[in-house]
Amino acid sequence: MIVASTGTAGLFLELGGVLLGVAVLGRVATRWGLPSVPLYLVAGILIGDGGVVPIVPARDFIQTGAEIGVILLLLLLGLEYSGDELVGALRTGLPAGLVDLVLNFTPGYLAGALLGWDFRAALLLGGITYISSSGIIARLLSDLGSLGNRETPVVLAILVTEDLMMALYLPLMAGLLIGGSALTIGVEIGLAIAVVIVVLGIAVVFGHRLSQLVFSRSDEHLLLTLLGVALIVAGIAERVQASAAVGAFLVGIALSGPAEHAARQLLTPLKDLFAALFFVFFGLQIDPGALPPMLLAAGALAVVTAATKVATGWWSAARAGISPPGRLRAGLTLIARGEFSIVIAGIAVAEGVEADIGPLSAAYVLMLAIGGPLAAKAADPIWRKVIQRSRS
Amino acid sequence: MKEINETPLPGVGIRHDFACDSERRVGVVSHHSGRRDLIVYDRDDPDRVVETVSMSIDEARSLGTLLGGPNIVERLDDLRQQIVGLEIAWLPISPNSPLAGRPLGESEMRTRTGVSIVALLRGETAIPAPGPDDVMLADDVAVVVGTDAGIDEAARILSTARS
Repeated sequence: MIVASTGTAGLFLELGGVLLGVAVLGRVATRWGLPSVPLYLVAGILIGDGGVVPIVPARDFIQTGAEIGVILLLLLLGLEYSGDELVGALRTGLPAGLVDLVLNFTPGYLAGALLGWDFRAALLLGGITYISSSGIIARLLSDLGSLGNRETPVVLAILVTEDLMMALYLPLMAGLLIGGSALTIGVEIGLAIAVVIVVLGIAVVFGHRLSQLVFSRSDEHLLLTLLGVALIVAGIAERVQASAAVGAFLVGIALSGPAEHAARQLLTPLKDLFAALFFVFFGLQIDPGALPPMLLAAGALAVVTAATKVATGWWSAARAGISPPGRLRAGLTLIARGEFSIVIAGIAVAEGVEADIGPLSAAYVLMLAIGGPLAAKAADPIWRKVIQRSRS
Repeated sequence: MKEINETPLPGVGIRHDFACDSERRVGVVSHHSGRRDLIVYDRDDPDRVVETVSMSIDEARSLGTLLGGPNIVERLDDLRQQIVGLEIAWLPISPNSPLAGRPLGESEMRTRTGVSIVALLRGETAIPAPGPDDVMLADDVAVVVGTDAGIDEAARILSTARS
């Protein structure tokens, strides 16, 4: 470079380069009908330590941006649901949610244990394999025109339960990761989860009134208020070891009515920016050289946990009275893992519990974020083939 | 009224659907954003949607009207069947009529014919239950309710000069 890229200039050049690169990849993803998350990860891996063009001055900014990205991802996830919807989905979907938890958490945990990891790292891997990507799946349902399908409420109810489980799981992990005596850990976790449940209750019951308080006709004031509230609640949540992400999720749940609608429109572009930085940053921390040894383990885990998601979807749809082709669609749709697996993996990397968990989960999410949608699209052709074979 | 299933779709909105006598299942997905999807289910796999047509609220409303939603005509028809001797008619207001451009009250329609004007149709819009101060314009269509004889008389008044 002709101009010495020091200070501000270097930051701008690198950050601009990253954003532009990510934008190009996003376009490629859309062209190929792929979700953008896996390509953002690849971009991060390429510019990280040991990558093709490692970046230096912009790294700190990307890291801070990544942390805000998690907050915004969870805030918008919370905005998707109203308190009533959560309660309704839990009432009908709890058995399916529990089957989902048992079938999909266990393989991840066992894999961690088999690899000889610390139990906390194994628990984190369980979380990574458990949680489907509601972002990728929502997109998929809309693209495939299957929003109206009768198995879709089953799929959505499972996603809602997973998201709520996250709100309990993240504080649990935060408590375990601090360490200390069994008693202090127990107290910490109990306290954090109690706080989450109380705040969730407040969000469901008083959400309307709080939303009116926050709402403003001026987009500018509303944006600043929402971001301020979300960050403060996230900060408090982090302080009481309930995880910043969960705090933001609860703020999202509490908002309803016009405030919710406006918030979604105002915050979505910000989320797009910072969530992209988050995926890039996760990729940044992964040495491309560490990936190949993990491919076999990640592939095996991907195959097993794809099968367990299909079983989850099949069982839950059957319980709801859906016929076999719909059961298969529900199962295959649930395979995709994405943003929330990366959120959990990001915690694992930041805490440094296990060196291999970063590359393993990156490879795993790459496989299932791309493979999941492909499998879901193939559901009906697969079923036709099954029918043909059974007839001949 | 058909029995309509209502299913919440968390994070998306709500789905309504029902099976027609023709054994096809149809429905509507109402998104939180206001978007409406008209959905038609597969004949062979009743869980699967074969066709999704996305519409804005306005478009959905237009379709609803075409399909006979809250339709004034249909309601009046029901009424006519219930009361023997009651007739309904659509009477165009001729540009030659001296009443064109005059308020409804001046026509003294009720007093002279016993016929009530229940609505004025003007292009795409309708003025339901117009008052005596509402103005009739040339080429409006008056929806009137009354006896056969009364309607004949009303038609004469609205189309030609006052006798």
